[in-house]
Amino acid sequence: MKMTKIVRTTADVFYPFCLVFGLYVVMHGHLTPGGGFQGGAVMATGAALLLVAHAYEDITGRLRKTAMKILEAIGLMMFLFAGLSGLLFERPFMGNWMAFTGKWFSHPVAHGPNPGDLNTAGLLPLLNIGVGIEVLGGLTIILLYMLSGIHAEKKP
Amino acid sequence: MDTFVMRHLPALLIATPLFAAFLMPLVGTAGRTARNAWAFLGALLTAAIGLTLAWKVWTTGTVLYVFGAATPQQTLPPDAAFPIRIMFQVDAMSALMAVIASLSALGITIYSLSAESKQSGLETFYAMLFLLIAGVLGMVVTGDLFNFFIFLEISSLAGAALVAYRIDDGVAVEAGLKYALLSTVGALAVLTAIGMLFAQYNALNMATLASRLQFTALDKVALVLLAVPLAMKCGAVPMHFWTPDTYTTAPSSVTAFLVVSSQASLYGLFRILYTLYGDLLQFSWATFGWFLIVLGILSMFIGVTMAIPQKDVKRLMAYHAVSQTGYMLLGVGVGLAVLGNADALAKYGKTAMAGGLFHIINHAMYKGLLFLTAGAVFYRCGTRNLNKLGGLGHTMPWTMVFFMIGALAIAGVPPFNGFASKLLIYESVFRFSPFLSIIAMIVSILTLASFVKVFHSMFMGPPRAEFAAAREVPAPMFIGMAILALFVVVAGLAPQPFIEHMINPAVDALVDRAGYIAAILGGR
Amino acid sequence: MMSYLLLKLPYFTVVVLTLLGLAAMVFKKNLIKILMGLSLLESAVNLFLIVTGYRTDGVAPIYTNAPSLHMTLPTVQALTLTSIVIGVATSAMMLSFAMVIYKKYGTVNAEKVKKLKG
Repeated sequence: MKMTKIVRTTADVFYPFCLVFGLYVVMHGHLTPGGGFQGGAVMATGAALLLVAHAYEDITGRLRKTAMKILEAIGLMMFLFAGLSGLLFERPFMGNWMAFTGKWFSHPVAHGPNPGDLNTAGLLPLLNIGVGIEVLGGLTIILLYMLSGIHAEKKP
Repeated sequence: MDTFVMRHLPALLIATPLFAAFLMPLVGTAGRTARNAWAFLGALLTAAIGLTLAWKVWTTGTVLYVFGAATPQQTLPPDAAFPIRIMFQVDAMSALMAVIASLSALGITIYSLSAESKQSGLETFYAMLFLLIAGVLGMVVTGDLFNFFIFLEISSLAGAALVAYRIDDGVAVEAGLKYALLSTVGALAVLTAIGMLFAQYNALNMATLASRLQFTALDKVALVLLAVPLAMKCGAVPMHFWTPDTYTTAPSSVTAFLVVSSQASLYGLFRILYTLYGDLLQFSWATFGWFLIVLGILSMFIGVTMAIPQKDVKRLMAYHAVSQTGYMLLGVGVGLAVLGNADALAKYGKTAMAGGLFHIINHAMYKGLLFLTAGAVFYRCGTRNLNKLGGLGHTMPWTMVFFMIGALAIAGVPPFNGFASKLLIYESVFRFSPFLSIIAMIVSILTLASFVKVFHSMFMGPPRAEFAAAREVPAPMFIGMAILALFVVVAGLAPQPFIEHMINPAVDALVDRAGYIAAILGGR
Repeated sequence: MMSYLLLKLPYFTVVVLTLLGLAAMVFKKNLIKILMGLSLLESAVNLFLIVTGYRTDGVAPIYTNAPSLHMTLPTVQALTLTSIVIGVATSAMMLSFAMVIYKKYGTVNAEKVKKLKG
């Protein structure tokens, strides 16, 4: 099922913006409302847009099931390892060893009203990014499988 | 022995199966052998960690593990003097359940290596199996009510996906949908109850909640919303209707683990009744223990009567699982009924609870074994219909031996483990109410009758032409069954060490509500 | 009186949503509609959780600025978020199940989807 050229072009134009906005929500998860799941869901919406606008055959080249599976596994691994990494620094599981160390994501938080510093919160941005990748992969693969189910049904 | 691994055992217990599950899709692309080796390794590691954790609990007492901080008291706002962090609290009761879950996980994974080898999409199967294992292990070690809900949902979702895994012309999917629907509604009820408790006491930690509980009207509603779904998840009559469908259609290895998962719900029920509410459940006119006792008697009797006329061997076993759950509910229910009466508790209450808890581990082992033998027969013969099967004793002698061990154990025949736990239940329940004990014995006899019938129609008789090609099962399936059978025999021949070192500490941990609270909040 | 009712309004909404969800699950025959009822029930529970987190005169729980005594615990929001995520997974799985059932049985009528008996 293919929609009109106008819809397809609009979807193509919007797709990168969806991804970028989702990435923004993921990256600012520790500062603004949002976070890994929400941002990942926004990114997956972009994929859903493509799926709705284009025919299933045309889209499998751009959104591959294996790629999405790998994304999902990478996201989950990132989350798990971010949690486990605390163990190496004499902290418990999910211990926030990165905060206030002066390295990545470790500025102290400014007091009073401020525009927000991305470089804070230690482990949390890493967890957010992991979840974001995982949700992007997971939701997209659900949509792909559902669509391929409908697709296989129509063929005979 | 304060090594790195020993300190982080509770976290590793969950992280290992999750790691195995998450990486499974990637490992699966590297081929069959890699996938099987990865699954075996994951199960082996999980079992090792589970046993080590249990050993640590038995030797050093309750193990606390706080996520993201060193001690429970370490909370960020200095004036909030209660734990807002997620923590795992592994006492002897949790350790018992962790041992059950990790041991059967090992046996089942080995079994499934060849039992499922004919299926496609095995990466997903193993990923889901490990998620289920992680969910069950998480349910039994967590000390946080909301975390319990999360693991409950993980285990129901993974369980439903596994039930539907063999699509089987849609029948399995139908059972999976039924299971998922019921679990979700039940989990939503649990979540509502958690919300009610949190709104009143500002805490999710079980120990903190237990110390603050006032038993207001809202708490009573919350109790019902917690107890009924968990009773449903463990398959107690009258909420048992999902068990036969899901247990029948799921692959046998999954069924064997679904039994363990239902027992994790049973653990949740006991934990909530004993630790969260505890002494509050003794009213002047009655005790909440009767809730468990009535559920137990109903499950025992209706389960076994429904089992007798079944034609499908797995469906029959599923009804027996319902019936055996009744014994656990009865034993532990009697303990709850006399919880306020220290004299009766010491005389027979604790023995009844020991019987009930010992029956949990025994049931997981022999029922798992029975489901695995049913799976082995299905693997070789392609049917589960008792009217069509027959004469398999000639071609599958080892499967027959394993089936016999499991059947005699479930019927409570000495010297198998079912007898050991049932004897404890009979003795102690008799002193509480002779009538209940007699019902329990009658159910046991009916169970034996039912399994004699199954044994006869599956294995006895002349060899049949259509099953002439049936051979003994491949080695991994054999090893998986042997692990469980070995436990059944050993725990039956020498139950005393098990009762002394595993069961009695668990009973004390369940009864000792103040100790559970003190482990987190400090002071007595 | 009005403000009291206004404060309790979310709870009424929760009750209405719960009843609607339960009614859909019990009286509808279409599997998809049953699943929609389940989603309604989920939203009711989520709303209930969020509402219980409301504190009059509470302050957003940002550590660096808020006086901790007036901070609302963000726990309920976290619970709701988690429960929403779980809800997404459940809905996705059950809808896929419904799709497979439709493919195999040719219907999503719950009364006709009955191969399991006994």
